[in-house]
Amino acid sequence: MKLLIAENLQLWRGELHVLRGLSLAVDVGCCLQVTGINGAGKSSLLRVLAGLLPPEEGSVRWRDIDTRRDPYAFHSELAWLGHGTALKGDLSARENLRYSAGLRRELTPSMIDAALARVGFAHADQRLARQMSAGQQRRVALARVLLLDSTLWLLDEPTSNLDRSGQQMFTQLLEAHLDEGGLAVVATHQPLPLAAQRLQTLELT
Amino acid sequence: MKPPATGVVSPGKAGWRLVQRDLRLGLRRPGEWLQPLVFFLVVTTLFPLATSPELSRLRDMAPGALWVAALLSSLLALELLFREDGQDGTLEQLAVSGLPLPWLLLAKTCVHWLMTGLPLVLAGPLVATALGAPYASIPGVFAALLLGSGALSLIGAVGAALTLGLHRGGVLLALLVLPLAVPVLIFGARATSLAIAQDPMTAPMYLLGAIAVLSATLAPLAAAAAVRISLE
Repeated sequence: MKLLIAENLQLWRGELHVLRGLSLAVDVGCCLQVTGINGAGKSSLLRVLAGLLPPEEGSVRWRDIDTRRDPYAFHSELAWLGHGTALKGDLSARENLRYSAGLRRELTPSMIDAALARVGFAHADQRLARQMSAGQQRRVALARVLLLDSTLWLLDEPTSNLDRSGQQMFTQLLEAHLDEGGLAVVATHQPLPLAAQRLQTLELT
Repeated sequence: MKPPATGVVSPGKAGWRLVQRDLRLGLRRPGEWLQPLVFFLVVTTLFPLATSPELSRLRDMAPGALWVAALLSSLLALELLFREDGQDGTLEQLAVSGLPLPWLLLAKTCVHWLMTGLPLVLAGPLVATALGAPYASIPGVFAALLLGSGALSLIGAVGAALTLGLHRGGVLLALLVLPLAVPVLIFGARATSLAIAQDPMTAPMYLLGAIAVLSATLAPLAAAAAVRISLE
């Protein structure tokens, strides 16, 4: 079942025609990997899908309803991770998650600890976010994606700054999400070692 | 297919959590909210030094000094309202959270007022007394500042949201906000001078209240629209 469908997306950024009549459809349990050279419009496409950037033409449909007609229903099933990790430097990892994912879902401390453990973040780590390395901040941001428990993941370069074990960890998280019947659109240059039937690719030129 | 997420938080509670987060962040960075207060105190104490220490003349100037200082110090604090959240991606997350964005921005603006506006409201009567206002005028000065500073924070939120995408938006922010803030300045200063003269101050207070209510209803909607444009 194709829950996320985009049709004939046209997007201009200034003088640049970024998306030229792009269409895509993502199946339940499938991941769409978006690749392309820098500046090809990967981030723009993800922002259009998320509803942050209105396209000049075309539509994005979630569960067969235009996402601009009912953005709240769409967004309540969306986990978005952009370039910014949206972590507050003066809060610890736990506090950051409590006040970000916690805006949308009731979280218990054990749920937060479990999510941090899944992204390989040490249990006893009490550091503030600004004292963490960029890779560790990414891990915490991925923990937020897990905690939101959303059907659709839209992730822009989720593995940037992650080390090799971090990239493996991300693949495992993605597999588990797809196993549960989730969908994902991921913009990344890293190969995603997923089974062929659940990986679609889209190369932007 | 994946079942929907459990334990969904109501918008009211989400706003309250955002308030808690911003308060906690503010307490960890006292410099940010102390700066406008210090500015306010410095400007108002410099006034008698630059003009005349004669109490009767100071009393005439007190409302003007108080309100100009309050307006400028609230402008000074405005830039901090959304800038960091815009840069680190927090506003993006809020915009796609499935929660009503105007409501979340109102929550953020309330905290901003608590950290930067309320200290001025509390310090205002003290400053007015130092400038020669009688003690009996303290409740009036306090009430006028309470309504006025709230309106200033709300009006300023729209300007802060509009200048979000600019690197050095400070000057533009001032240009955008000042014309809208001038009525608050006029009626606030008028109410304060009536309070100091111990005359009835109902008329300017009603107008201040009207501005505050109007900005509380419209400013969050305008700020949300501006944030969405800035995020594009």
